[in-house]
Amino acid sequence: MNKIKDKLIFFFFLLSGLIVVMLLAGIFYLLGSTSIHAFKEISLKQFFFSDNWNPNAYGEPSYGIVSMIVSTFMVTIGSLVIAVPLGIGTAAYLSDIASEKVREIVKPVIEILAAIPSVVIGFLGIVLIGPIVAKIFHIQSGLNAVNGSILLAVMALPTIISLSEDALTAVPNTYTEASLALGATKWQTLVKVKIPAALSGILASCMLGMGRAVGETMTVLMATGCAPAMPHSFLDSVRTLTSSIAIELGEVAYFSTHYYALFAVGLVLFIITFIINLASDIILHNYQKVYN
Amino acid sequence: MKKAAGIMIAIFLFSCTAFAENNMVQIKGSDTLINLVQKMSEVYMEKYPGKNISVTGGGSGTGIAALINKKTDIANASRLIKAKEIQNAEKEGVTPKRVVIAIDGLSVIVNKDNSVLQLTVDQIGKIFRGEITNWSEVGGDDQAITLYGRQSNSGTFEFLREVVLKGDYSSNMRQMNGNSQIIEAVKTDIGGIGYVGVGYAKEAEDINIVKVARNSKSPFCSPLNVEDVKSGKYPLSRPLNQYVNGTPANEAKEFILFELSPAGQKIVEEQGFFAIPDEYIEHNESIIG
Repeated sequence: MNKIKDKLIFFFFLLSGLIVVMLLAGIFYLLGSTSIHAFKEISLKQFFFSDNWNPNAYGEPSYGIVSMIVSTFMVTIGSLVIAVPLGIGTAAYLSDIASEKVREIVKPVIEILAAIPSVVIGFLGIVLIGPIVAKIFHIQSGLNAVNGSILLAVMALPTIISLSEDALTAVPNTYTEASLALGATKWQTLVKVKIPAALSGILASCMLGMGRAVGETMTVLMATGCAPAMPHSFLDSVRTLTSSIAIELGEVAYFSTHYYALFAVGLVLFIITFIINLASDIILHNYQKVYN
Repeated sequence: MKKAAGIMIAIFLFSCTAFAENNMVQIKGSDTLINLVQKMSEVYMEKYPGKNISVTGGGSGTGIAALINKKTDIANASRLIKAKEIQNAEKEGVTPKRVVIAIDGLSVIVNKDNSVLQLTVDQIGKIFRGEITNWSEVGGDDQAITLYGRQSNSGTFEFLREVVLKGDYSSNMRQMNGNSQIIEAVKTDIGGIGYVGVGYAKEAEDINIVKVARNSKSPFCSPLNVEDVKSGKYPLSRPLNQYVNGTPANEAKEFILFELSPAGQKIVEEQGFFAIPDEYIEHNESIIG
């Protein structure tokens, strides 16, 4: 009886594992097989090297995704530049400096930040952050990559802080004690001992934050202006891969070139996030090897 | 555990059938029309308890696509249906019929500190095509123009392109998610220009509504002037439509009749749009019967 139970549980877990793998393979297959049709009518050269995306053009439609890829990377990198130092700093403060009382209040508050719907953050970007950005940089419109980066940073911060803090707290006390005993200051201990020891967790948190920023849709759709032109600086309006799909998929005629092209854009997005995750896995793995 | 799952499934199935029996009228489409139709449905549901109407946005293109895919009963559209969409509809066995429920004077808006208060249709076209990029070229201050428009699923986006631009929008135009977002953006941008339904422009503060002339010889008209919009003297006046599949029946028909009734048209005016003139009343009657 127990043996059968064991077997059943074993198969249950095997099945759950397989389902996830199959889901991933299925999504990849669906995206791939649908987007392949797009390239019957769009040349690969146009798709990957043209920066003109205008499927609903008055005249001849065009399908080039360069400016969308550039836009996606701009807001992502921009958000990481803001969120990573701020996130690690906050995590270090919470794990090493803050008193128990402060931590008990601040940590839940940060986690609540993660629960704010993206549409609300996007709205704040239009009415609050955008105008401030415009004032600071003396430009007319604050709906640009800087605005998007700030908002995405806010959305990535809870992940980065929470996971980094966990990683820092998990560093064995003996490390800290040994470092302090050798005469290192609290600051030296934090920077030279604890952060390197927790680096794998911190890196993982940053990668997850990056994944969130690449895939985020509503906020960038509302707050970055979505002008299709190629952005030349962080003060220009940007239109990410996600916002293009979100804007256009609702009204597109099924099985048209435009429809297939949007799936191809989805495939590109999928490959980008896949590479990010793979890279973070490899970095983590290598790091753990060296460290152990 | 199993029991709980069973109960969950039962509840789910029950709620599905409950919804199906409810005869809910689904309305989807234009963001210009959403507040108006929402308001009308609220009044309607209050007046006739038991009636159920759901109104969602997404843009005229989205609404018409939903009508073709049989995912909505009524499609709100601030533009006319395209020949290609009619073709697609026929393939799916859908016959789109149009009812006009209100008149809009599409309003071109600028920041309240902008000295330009009137433009010709030609100038608006040049501005949105990106050929004029500074306000000094149309008699204003030396200030760069920032364009705020709608996204391509918007009927207003299409309307302005067909009637005024006759070409593509500048790729530098920021594509906003709805009328109110355009207003928010123009409010804070001294060089901004945008276009919204008159119902939205009328309510907004800190913006100016531009007077528009058909060409350099005709008079400048304001979308706030009832006669000019209704007579078509205001160049950007347009009918706001609802599309249904074939002759409307039952619940959908009752709601459309309410929209066209004096009570419904009163709400149209309260929301800042204009009641339909006689020519469209006749057209509507020929559709509804």
